[in-house]
This record gives sequence, C-alpha cells and structure tokens, in this order.
Amino acid sequence: MPGLIQVERLVVRRGDREVLHGVTFAVERGGFLAVVGPNGAGKTTLLVAILGLAPPDAGTIALAGRPIQRYSRREVARRLSYVPQSDGRAVSFSVEEFVLLGRYAHRGRFAPPDRDDRRIVRDAMDLTATGTFAERAVSSLSGGERQKVFIAAALAQQADILLLDEPTAFLDPRHQRDTAALLRDLNRTRGLTVVMVTHDFNLAAHCGRDVLALRDGRIAFHGPAEAFLTPDVLEDVYNVPFEVLRPPAGGAWAALGENR
Amino acid sequence: MPGPNTLIAAVALTLVLAIAGALLIDLPIESRHEILWRIRVPRVCLGLLAGAALAASGMAFQAMFRNALATPYTLGVSSGASLGAALYMRAAFRVEAAGIDGVSLAALGGAVVSTMLVYGLTRLSRAFSTATLLLAGVATSFSFTSLILLTQYTSDVTTSFRVGRWLMGGLEVVGFEPVWQVLPFAIVGLATVSVLGRELDLLVVGEDLAATRGVSVEQVKRLLFFAVSIMVGGVTAVCGPIGFVGLIVPHIGRRLVGGHHRFLAPFSVLGGAAFLVVCDTVARVAIAPVEVPVGSITALVGGPFFLTLLLWGRASRGFETS
Repeated sequence: MPGLIQVERLVVRRGDREVLHGVTFAVERGGFLAVVGPNGAGKTTLLVAILGLAPPDAGTIALAGRPIQRYSRREVARRLSYVPQSDGRAVSFSVEEFVLLGRYAHRGRFAPPDRDDRRIVRDAMDLTATGTFAERAVSSLSGGERQKVFIAAALAQQADILLLDEPTAFLDPRHQRDTAALLRDLNRTRGLTVVMVTHDFNLAAHCGRDVLALRDGRIAFHGPAEAFLTPDVLEDVYNVPFEVLRPPAGGAWAALGENR
Repeated sequence: MPGPNTLIAAVALTLVLAIAGALLIDLPIESRHEILWRIRVPRVCLGLLAGAALAASGMAFQAMFRNALATPYTLGVSSGASLGAALYMRAAFRVEAAGIDGVSLAALGGAVVSTMLVYGLTRLSRAFSTATLLLAGVATSFSFTSLILLTQYTSDVTTSFRVGRWLMGGLEVVGFEPVWQVLPFAIVGLATVSVLGRELDLLVVGEDLAATRGVSVEQVKRLLFFAVSIMVGGVTAVCGPIGFVGLIVPHIGRRLVGGHHRFLAPFSVLGGAAFLVVCDTVARVAIAPVEVPVGSITALVGGPFFLTLLLWGRASRGFETS
C-alpha cells in the first residue's frame, strides 16, 4: 500500500545548484509529518515540489498513486491545500470573502456560491474560531488571527492533505500553542493528513506523528516523533549540541546545549 | 458607505449623464442632426469603448502585478503599441485583414512585444520591487518613445504631422469607421478580463497561493496579457496613447467597491467609459473653439494623481507584499 504522498528519489535543482539529492519518503493517509532541518537544508524546496509548483529534476512525487505532474492545478487543489508562511501579504478582502476564495477549485466559473459553499466556509471558520471577525478585513488582523484565517481558507478547500510552511513563525507563545492544538486536532479527530515545515523542533516532536529531518538536501532522520528528541539525533541534524529535558510530568523538551 | 451594487448603479447613472452632456453641450442649432450623427455619436461611442478598455487593462495589470502604479501606460505597453502604429504610418505598404486596418494590427504587434518584455521581466525575478518594475517600465517607455521620434523624424512632413497629432491622443473622428475598428478589440479583451474575475481575486493575494487554490497561473497570466495587448493595441491604433485612465479609475474603484473583481470589473468598465467621455467633453469645450487632445486632459489629471500615489499612497496601494 503506497502512501498518500509518495516521494521517490526526488532531485530538485535551483539554477545549477542541486538542492535535494534523491529524497525518498512517504506520508500515509492520516499521517502528520513535521519536516525540520537547518536553514538551506531544502525544506521549502521540498514543500514547493510537493505543491507541484516546481517540477522535479529527477524522481517522482505521487499523490494517491498518481504523479503530481499528471494532475491539473484544480485537481491538485482538491487533494492538497496550502498555508503559506505568514509574510504580511496585504489581503484587502474580508475574512469571509477570503475563506470563500478557498472554494475556487470546487465552483463553476459563473456560479455564485451555493448553500454548500456557504456551509463549508462557515464550518471552516467555526473550526478555527475565526467566525467572530468574519466581516473584518484580513489585513487588519493580528498575526495570530491571520494565521487562523489562512488555515480556515485552506480547510474550505476540503482537501485531504494540509501543507503548512512555518505555521508558528512570528506568533506569540499563546498563538503558537493554539495553532499547534488546532493542527493536532485537525489531524487526530478530523483525519486530515498534515505536512508541516518548521524550525521549531519541539513543535515538530509534539505535533507530528513522524519527523523528517533534512540536512544538506538529504534525509538525516526519518522516524517517529518520540525518537527525534534525543541529543544524538538533534546534534546530527543541526550540528550543535543539545540537551533533552524530561520533566517528571512527562514529555520531552529539547534545548540548545553548551558549546563543547 | 453605500454597498458596491449601489455604487456601481451610481457610476452607471454618471455614465448616462456624461453621454448626454457629451452629445448635447455646445450643439449648434444649424445642421445639428448632421453633427450629432456624423461627429458627436461616433466620438462618444469611441470614448466609451476606449475608456472601458483602458480601465479594464489597468485593472488587470494592477491585479497581476499587485501594484496600483502598474498599468499598461506606466509599464510601456502603450508606447510599444504607439511605436507599432507609427512604424506602420511611416511604412510604404498598406494591409488589411478581416476588415481590420493594418495600423491596428501593427499597434497590436507593438503591444504584444512590449507585453512580452514586461512578462519576461517578471519571470526573471519573482520578487520584483515596485521601484524596479516602474523603472523598467519607464526605461521601456523611453526606448520606444525615442524610436517613435526617430520614425517621425525620418518621415515626410505630412506623415510626421499626422503621427505627432495622433501621439497626443484624441477621439476626434468623423463617422463610425473608427468605432468599428476598435469594437472587436474591446469586446474580446473585455470579455476575457471579465470572465477571469475570480482568478484576478486570487492573483492579488499571491501567485503561489492562487496556484494552490487551483488556478493555472501561467495560463491565466498569458490570457490576461493577451487581453491587455489586444485592448491597448486596438485603442492606441485609433486614439493614440491615452494615459492614466487605467491608473485612476480602478484605483478609485478599489477604494469604493473593494478588491473583489465581481464588483471592481463593472465599476472600472463603466467608470472608465464615463471618465474618458467627460475628459473628452472638457477637452472639446475648455478653450473652445480650439479643441485640446483628450490625452493631455487625462494626463493633467493623471500626472498629479500618480505622483500622489507614489509619494503618499504606501498604505492605500494595498497590494505590497512587504
């Protein structure tokens, strides 16, 4: 049984530099993969490739058993939704209008939004607790609220895979916690398959079921989240010493160690 | 603030008044039937088509470049079209295809070439700053303008005068022939842009996001560039390069009816038509009996408008990604 996302010996070049050197992994339906790694390891390149925005130079990416290049953009959008890094892009639409834009791949060219569209948009806003500011302009929201709105818009797309680029970057601790809880809930109770690129190794280990660590365009670690938070693995991936704290209450937290 | 539909209705009403004014102001008593049908009506029709097409082109470029200052006029597409038309006027041969005059085809060719230049520039670097884009547009515009001057200089006196007058931009026509010349270009372009409203909505948010929402971005951009080339080429061939309609009207529209192209497109089309017809009436009666080219009136309004946006419009441009 192949994975919902199957990446085989993926090679991607940027100009004449090879960024990914033959990466192979799979994400099962209902999985939650956190992709981590130092700057320049190829995380974003991998995400862009899975989104089908840059064709692989070698190897294949298959969604539900079919190579991504054989899908139309509309078909990809029905399987896969994307939450970009919060980059301050100015969106002048109201929250509700913006979430409705997520229905693009499901709507006819001239059809006004029907009852289903409205219901799905409403559900997506309820799930992300964004309904209370449905009428406000997206550009007027705080970073944490915006992130939730972008997730709501991705949910309105009703794809079974959710891809996120640094979902907690630039968020304060409370919004980081809320976003992490939302993603975990979407995965565990709604059965959404999630792939998340992040710099936050603790978030990766606590949210993800699996962690994929890239280093210099190769896989340095791929395994269950619990196995990722160990000093040896972390040091191998990031090339700095780590300490892993195991409080009596349970869980594990990694912190940068002293330089030796 | 009244709702978008009310505002669009208000613009439609303004348009009706603008048409009535353009037809009736200063209409002489004697031979008024002749003047009305041979001169005024064709002139107003041409103004409607040109204004609508130019405003729609500006709206499409602003959405694609996510920048209120990016219009076919500021990015050099109009001067490309002008160069095409000027070269044709200078040339010794005449062509006509499917009832469309060679000068329109030549302007279309020029518009396509300059559009491809702009398109190439945007592909060269994904993150183009406003400054770079506008400077590239200014450079393109300068190069084409100097080539136009060269063309004009090497022409005989009659052609040179004709090109010079036409370059000022005007709607002074006699009979319906010029209207028929613009009509197919305007219809094809306007239809293409209006059908792609939802895609424009998503392009404004960002190309990567639009693609992941299901938009075939490259295909849609090519269609839009084609539509803009057609409209700018078709209008410029007959009316000359008329600037700033595409800058002013959609910008005001974004402020009034918001960024949704479901509302912005009808607003721009109606508002562009009304704006150009009003400007043309002003051009006709301001220092009567002398008529000023309408391009100079739109430029008189548009120049300061552009400068205001550039200097103080950072917040109001509403597209910037950073």
